[in-house]
Amino acid sequence: MENKQELIHRLKEQIIKQLKLENKRPEDIGDHDPLFVDGLGLDSIDALELIVLLQQEYNIKLRSAEEGQDVFRSIDTMADYILEHSA
Amino acid sequence: MHITAAVIVRDGVIVKDEAVIYRSSEEGGTFIKAAYEELEMDYPRFYKMDLLSKTGTVAVDVLLRDHAGFEACRPETAGMVLSNRNASIEADVQYLEASKAYPSPALFVYTLPNIVIGEISIRYRFKGENAFFVSDAFDADWIHWYVTDLMQRNLLKVCICGWIDVLEEQLDACLFLVEPAPAQTGTAFTVENLCSIYNKNYGK
Repeated sequence: MENKQELIHRLKEQIIKQLKLENKRPEDIGDHDPLFVDGLGLDSIDALELIVLLQQEYNIKLRSAEEGQDVFRSIDTMADYILEHSA
Repeated sequence: MHITAAVIVRDGVIVKDEAVIYRSSEEGGTFIKAAYEELEMDYPRFYKMDLLSKTGTVAVDVLLRDHAGFEACRPETAGMVLSNRNASIEADVQYLEASKAYPSPALFVYTLPNIVIGEISIRYRFKGENAFFVSDAFDADWIHWYVTDLMQRNLLKVCICGWIDVLEEQLDACLFLVEPAPAQTGTAFTVENLCSIYNKNYGK
């Protein structure tokens, strides 16, 4: 398994591609920036796409919608969750 | 009632009130993205949209540029009445294809043609009456009757109406801005004038 910094960089690239953030580069997204509203400005449809991304790329299913609020707080929290739940 | 502005997006050109605003040999998605960048529209949500919504967003941006009257009206009195032949078929097919692997929520939301109205309303905060009709061809009689009814009953003060269709990367949009007060540069809102503007050809 790659280390956390490598995972964070790959996650940023995947999010830019999956969410069609064509005006963003990985370096534009801070590891601890909020993903929703004031930060990256994602919306509820993007949240669903993030759930699909976790399933598709990492074979991880969220246990509940409430869990998503913590997992998708930032790229850093997403990376922690992936590392914790990867087989 | 008057047509105070009209925009055509078709055959590699964007025309506003008979003036060519943008011309390119590109087609479909490449054309509309290049136009978005050339026109310096700053609206990152554009990149997430399907081709129908992208076309509508660029067309309305051009339609409303330098049009102070529209900005002055209350959001509740600004509405849209659009129509096309192929509904959301492009987005429908994309979603179907993507679903063979994983269903994409971001593609699914565009599998209705009236989403283009939603996208434009989000950008400009329109809250007035709106409708999207599907017909074989541009039905100027119906659009004229429907918009006239909405405006005569004071449900709308201003209305964007017309045709917006996408099939196999071919864009065909003709949008009209309709307002009640006579404007210096306005054209009477009649079936004949709708047809006349819609049928103009600015192609390559």
